[in-house]
Amino acid sequence: MLSIKNLHASIEGTPILRGINLEIKAGEVHAIMGPNGSGKSTLASVLAGREEYEVTDGEVIFNGKDLLEYSPEDRAREGVFLAFQYPVEIPGVSSTNFLRTAVNQVREYRGLDPLDAVKFLTLMKEKMKLVEIDQKLLSRSLNEGFSGGEKKRNEIFQMAMLEPKLSILDETDSGLDIDALKIVSNGVNQLKSKDNATIVVTHYQRLLDYIVPDYVHVLYKGRIVKSGTKELALELEEKGYDWIKEAVDSEATV
Amino acid sequence: MSTLTKQTKIGSLIDFPAKGFESARSQAKEAFEIQGLPGAKTEEYKFTAITKKLEQQLTDVTMAEPFEVTPELVNSHLFEGFDGDVLVFANGHFQSNVSSQIEGIEISLLSKKSDTSIGKIAKPEKDAFCAINQASFADGLFISIPKKTQLEKTILFLNFTKISSGQVIQPRIWIEAGDFAEASFIEQTINLTDVTFFVNKVVEIKGGLNTHLHYYRLQNEGSNAIEVSNIETDIQQDSTFSSVVISLSGEMVRNNLSLNLLGSNSEGNMYGLYLLNGKTHVDNHTNVDHTIPHAESNELYKGILADHSRGVFNGKIFVRQDAQKTNAFQQNNNILLSEDAVVNTKPQLEIWADDVKCSHGCTTGQLDEEALFYLQTRGIGKLQAKGLLLYAFAGEVLEHIKHEAFKTYCTQLVEDRLGAKL
Repeated sequence: MLSIKNLHASIEGTPILRGINLEIKAGEVHAIMGPNGSGKSTLASVLAGREEYEVTDGEVIFNGKDLLEYSPEDRAREGVFLAFQYPVEIPGVSSTNFLRTAVNQVREYRGLDPLDAVKFLTLMKEKMKLVEIDQKLLSRSLNEGFSGGEKKRNEIFQMAMLEPKLSILDETDSGLDIDALKIVSNGVNQLKSKDNATIVVTHYQRLLDYIVPDYVHVLYKGRIVKSGTKELALELEEKGYDWIKEAVDSEATV
Repeated sequence: MSTLTKQTKIGSLIDFPAKGFESARSQAKEAFEIQGLPGAKTEEYKFTAITKKLEQQLTDVTMAEPFEVTPELVNSHLFEGFDGDVLVFANGHFQSNVSSQIEGIEISLLSKKSDTSIGKIAKPEKDAFCAINQASFADGLFISIPKKTQLEKTILFLNFTKISSGQVIQPRIWIEAGDFAEASFIEQTINLTDVTFFVNKVVEIKGGLNTHLHYYRLQNEGSNAIEVSNIETDIQQDSTFSSVVISLSGEMVRNNLSLNLLGSNSEGNMYGLYLLNGKTHVDNHTNVDHTIPHAESNELYKGILADHSRGVFNGKIFVRQDAQKTNAFQQNNNILLSEDAVVNTKPQLEIWADDVKCSHGCTTGQLDEEALFYLQTRGIGKLQAKGLLLYAFAGEVLEHIKHEAFKTYCTQLVEDRLGAKL
């Protein structure tokens, strides 16, 4: 589904990603871990099309298409979804109106008829249950005055509404208490299918108790320096990142 | 006297013959003699070179005469869903034959109410254009809403302009509301000709006790309009007054809006939205005077500026020594869509009382890129996402319009301008 080859990206001339290689197949869950500043969020942002980052080398093929050639909105319409680490508060735009516009623009791109108000509301009610989100919240302005947990749940709710092929969860667990974490993870797990894939970007192993990854990759200094299964995450939980940093840094000096 | 004098085209208006109100007119002339026309060094008009603009644009300064307005013309320009009463003006002159007969209130030409104390609320000493209007307006409109009269229907002031080049229109309206009266007004101008014209308007509103008034203005006369308006209200005890000004076009527009809070437990609200493009220049000067304790004022002006447009906001709040327990809030936010658009914003608070809550803030910036990206990652196209964000920004002002059909109409105009359909 997704093939990242030798991806290099920089921001304002500073290289952040220095040659990422990653293959993701449908049905898989990949966790990307790593110390702060290793480039995890940058990778998520580059895949979603954030303009501040300049891709200086490499390629990203998504379902046979050169993803980097697409605008952020067309990536979304092709089926890429980014759950933001810091969801943006947008005063004056109601969550419901915003989502209806989004869903119908995505449908239009995919050659589907727009949903009328009734069908849209039916779909919304169905998906709301997934993340136990309150309708009252959705009649308010998008994310405005939402708690941290509510914002993250709203991200997963939007993901449920847009039915992406590839979901990228950028530190969705950070700041969540255990109850909220369970709700969010439960939503993600229910949305998982053999046809879609998930990238979970996280600093902590805790999330991976609930969203169980098929593969775990450690990102450090803009490269994937170690890959493994979920056991790798447990090892990192126990030993921290220092042993990986040391191994990489000593290799570099040799 | 200022160097800019009666020798200027616009200054010559001060001596234009006009009937009635002799003492008010001579008082206005005196006030004008003292202050002269605003020039480059006049603080109050520092960013709005209106005198220069008028000298350049007005070829021949004469008063615009009334013309015949048909009921068909009136009907064809009522916005959809309007079910109120209409008072029609032709070049600023009231046209009773095509206006609604409104029961329960008194409507008359100002000249027939010669004991009206014009110039006591909107004082000619405060503004040269206010003085010019008072010295030379031809006739005006007098509206009196009796005590305990609550008008269910909104009154629409529908101004038609049809002029030859360079003419001047000087509307003058006096509104007095008795105790417990309630009313709302909408002001709209339809320009029928394609030449530059100058509107110099004065509206004085005298509220009684426990009166509740709304005053809405839509400024969308096109790029030929040069306008100065002085609207001033006296707000008495237990009363509210709310103004919403939507400015969408004009060559140069200057709105002076002043609220005098004269009785406790009174409230004054001023909201404004300016969406400017081309070379449109809109200047909102507002003034709230808290003279007594326990009164509140709220002010929110928002602007979206494109192309070479220019916006000016100046918000004065006076809280006098006696005005303890005042709540006064002011906010001005602007989004610049072009590098050539300019905003000058200046809050001006003078607080003499020590037990008050006052706040003010102004922001000017570009569209929030992070919000734009967020919407795009949900599949919303960039143009539409921009429209959505801008509309949301503007919507905060529009929601203060309590007349549903007018709100829908203004919302439509704003949406059309912002290219958003939601």
